[in-house]
Amino acid sequence: MLRIEAIALAAEAAAAQDALLISNIGFPSRELFSVRDRPENFYMLGSMGLASSIGLGLALACAERKVMVLDGDGSVLMNLGTLATIAHHAPQNYLLVILDNGCYGSTGSQPTCTHLGTDLFALAKAAGVKKVGLVERAEDLAPALLGHEVVVIVKVEEGNAPVPIIGLSPEEILDRFIRNLSEYSEA
Amino acid sequence: MAWQDNRVEMNPSLAVYQGMKRAGINFATSVPCVNLQELLALVSGDPEIIHVPVTREEEGVGICAGAWMGGRRPALLMQNSGLGNSINALASLDMLYGIPLLMIISHRGGVGEPVIGQVPMGRLTVPLLDAMAIPYFEPQQGEAEEIVAQAWSLAAAGRRPVAVLLDLEFWRG
Repeated sequence: MLRIEAIALAAEAAAAQDALLISNIGFPSRELFSVRDRPENFYMLGSMGLASSIGLGLALACAERKVMVLDGDGSVLMNLGTLATIAHHAPQNYLLVILDNGCYGSTGSQPTCTHLGTDLFALAKAAGVKKVGLVERAEDLAPALLGHEVVVIVKVEEGNAPVPIIGLSPEEILDRFIRNLSEYSEA
Repeated sequence: MAWQDNRVEMNPSLAVYQGMKRAGINFATSVPCVNLQELLALVSGDPEIIHVPVTREEEGVGICAGAWMGGRRPALLMQNSGLGNSINALASLDMLYGIPLLMIISHRGGVGEPVIGQVPMGRLTVPLLDAMAIPYFEPQQGEAEEIVAQAWSLAAAGRRPVAVLLDLEFWRG
């Protein structure tokens, strides 16, 4: 499965659940922006490694709202401690989706350690995450995102879709996200 | 002398905690320092504060950013060594988007520091904050409650990270 296909399915699942969606830096955010832009999407433009953490703080603050995170293998490897923190502190409304393409896709597809055999599914389990999913086929992704997993690893092909950069400033991304969130809370 | 009596009465951890409470801090992430242990116990025991002990300070910056986006008032409690671990996140997350954060920092590596490994970051802490244009406060004991509350107000109004540096002298009580 191409990463942009996985992102499109995840975005659809997020919209269906009225979920907030935190998206990793680089091409994944650009692909998400191009396939399904929503005010509920937060596009990370910096701080590589922290998508899962931003989503965790958000999920703890908004217990009534589903929070989904689209992360990557390179980014999770940069912040591996996040798996231990998620294992013990993530609330039920939190879902971390790791799109594992075995490489640093936004910088020229240099291989990550998952390409060499590091197993993010086993790492998440070993960190103490009880409900971990592994998806290798596109048809299995949507059901996995609607289940009760806390972490889902999705195997995707390397390569980026030819999508433009995100046409929003950091302030615009954040302000519309927060405005939407407060309107939802008041409704 | 009167000022000495005040010092005896003033518990430094309690003063910082009361400042956090006055600021309405209701979310905290932390990496421990020996000087933060009493404060961490107060924060952990407070049902109004969601407290997430993290594995690395940068992770705490990310979690606090998300919590603020979700309507909470976040603080990161750490040693100044953790400031070094947080630089990129402070710059390319909090400062890029305009996200406030109160950093309560045990400032090791100054006068009286027994651990030589603390000295390099002890010296670099203020220059790093200056280089990033992150405002910081260095309260005396009697001022801590007021200054911590002020630091959050500055962070919230400016939507930026603000630091409170608490050195060895401060914790000596």
